[in-house]
Amino acid sequence: MNDIDYAVTVSNVYKNYGDVEALMDLSLDFPRGQLTSLLGPSGCGKTTLLKIIAGLLPADRGEVTVNGQPVTGPGSDRAFVFQDFALLPWASVLRNVAFGLELRGVAKSEREAIAEKYIGDVGLTGFENSYPHELSGGMRQRVGLARALSVDAQVLLMDEPFSAVDEQTRRKFQEDLLNLVKNESKTFIFVTHSIEEAVYVSDQVAILLPRPSRVSEIIKPEGFRHKDANSIRRDPEYLDIVDRIWASLRTYVE
Amino acid sequence: MVVMRYRSLLLKFLSAIIVFGSWEIAGRVPVSFAFPTFIESMAAFWVLLVEGTMFVAYAETLRPLVVGVLISAVLGIGIGMAIGLSRKFDWFVSPIFIVMQTAPLAALIPLLVMVYGIGLTSKVFVVCIMAMPVIVLNTSGAVRNTPESMIEMGQAFLGTKWDVIVKIILPAASPIIFAGLRLGVSAGFIGAILAELKITPTGVGDIITYSRSIADYPSMYAAIFSIILLAVIFLNILERIENFLFKGTRQGYATE
Repeated sequence: MNDIDYAVTVSNVYKNYGDVEALMDLSLDFPRGQLTSLLGPSGCGKTTLLKIIAGLLPADRGEVTVNGQPVTGPGSDRAFVFQDFALLPWASVLRNVAFGLELRGVAKSEREAIAEKYIGDVGLTGFENSYPHELSGGMRQRVGLARALSVDAQVLLMDEPFSAVDEQTRRKFQEDLLNLVKNESKTFIFVTHSIEEAVYVSDQVAILLPRPSRVSEIIKPEGFRHKDANSIRRDPEYLDIVDRIWASLRTYVE
Repeated sequence: MVVMRYRSLLLKFLSAIIVFGSWEIAGRVPVSFAFPTFIESMAAFWVLLVEGTMFVAYAETLRPLVVGVLISAVLGIGIGMAIGLSRKFDWFVSPIFIVMQTAPLAALIPLLVMVYGIGLTSKVFVVCIMAMPVIVLNTSGAVRNTPESMIEMGQAFLGTKWDVIVKIILPAASPIIFAGLRLGVSAGFIGAILAELKITPTGVGDIITYSRSIADYPSMYAAIFSIILLAVIFLNILERIENFLFKGTRQGYATE
């Protein structure tokens, strides 16, 4: 039971915003090298939990550890991908991707070389000197992803990263994410409110319910993980799980 | 076509012709004998230039102007950033600038003269009182409105507080800071002339006062014109500086 290696552990975490209890006694563990989704309706605290893991928000009570070390703030072992991309509009794609390294004091030629590699990995070769306003939404998020990858953190935290792009781009991103998880040995924590997306990309789905936020269920899709990207969406087990989740969540949608 | 490439320059030229043409016409219609035509004013301008009076006058006026504008810009942006970053500082300091902006200058000047005399100090003060409030208030507003996720991104990627301020907040705020600078610097120019009209007549203000007192209205308007010309040139330089520093942010207009 306990020989699974957990990269991130969350134990009995509480978080209040004034009078509102965002998280109450929440505990959850994230296996190393896998993608865990935090799925739930709006207001269930999933983004709050993600930011606490990232060290951007402090928990009021409880403990979060990453690789066994307690979280006291942002760290080099975690990287964040933002829902609204959070790019610097006045900087080129190259500078944006290298920004994480720039803040860590890496020398210019070195960080640009690293950035160029990841710009190629996300499929943006040729756009190194473009500015964010010249790119489409999907391309901007790929810049954000390249930035998070280039700091080589072991834990990648993604806050609804595909919700601000169009549906077709979103599907492509989900397929690309499957490949990314397979090829990189990182731990991914993925926040989404799309049931299909969660079941499609995840090794395990943690369903969070709101007010107060708690983990209601953890689902591990087994059968279709090995299938290729196109067949997953028609797999019977995939469709079953999606329906099951919707049935239990729909009562919580206002 | 050649026209399209130089469109912006041609439009500026055209609007100048319209304004000066209207001035000329207005001068000929007998609105008042004190209102000279454009051509008369330009003739007086030429005379002032050639005789060297204009240069001597500007040597005098530029002193409080440049000193005041520099102080206003540097201090204004610095204080504005401090206000935007600290609630306590905002509480203490903002009211000073709100009052500075709204209080009638004509009432403050006698007070200034009483304390600081009629020399350079008072004139620099007048320029600052005119220029600083809008620079400070624009800067503080822009700093406060920095997108939250950009700041979080800086923190998430291990930026220090200083990094976040210099690499994220300051560039993000710069379009509005520069807008504040444009307004502030224009107001500073007005302040420099006002100081010369109200405190002691020196420099360009003296040309205006003296010309009016001997009913040489073309010279008076020539002096006013020269100040406006200088302000326009200076604002253009400011625009070029902004374009040079922040090439990427120039996104054009919202409808493009």
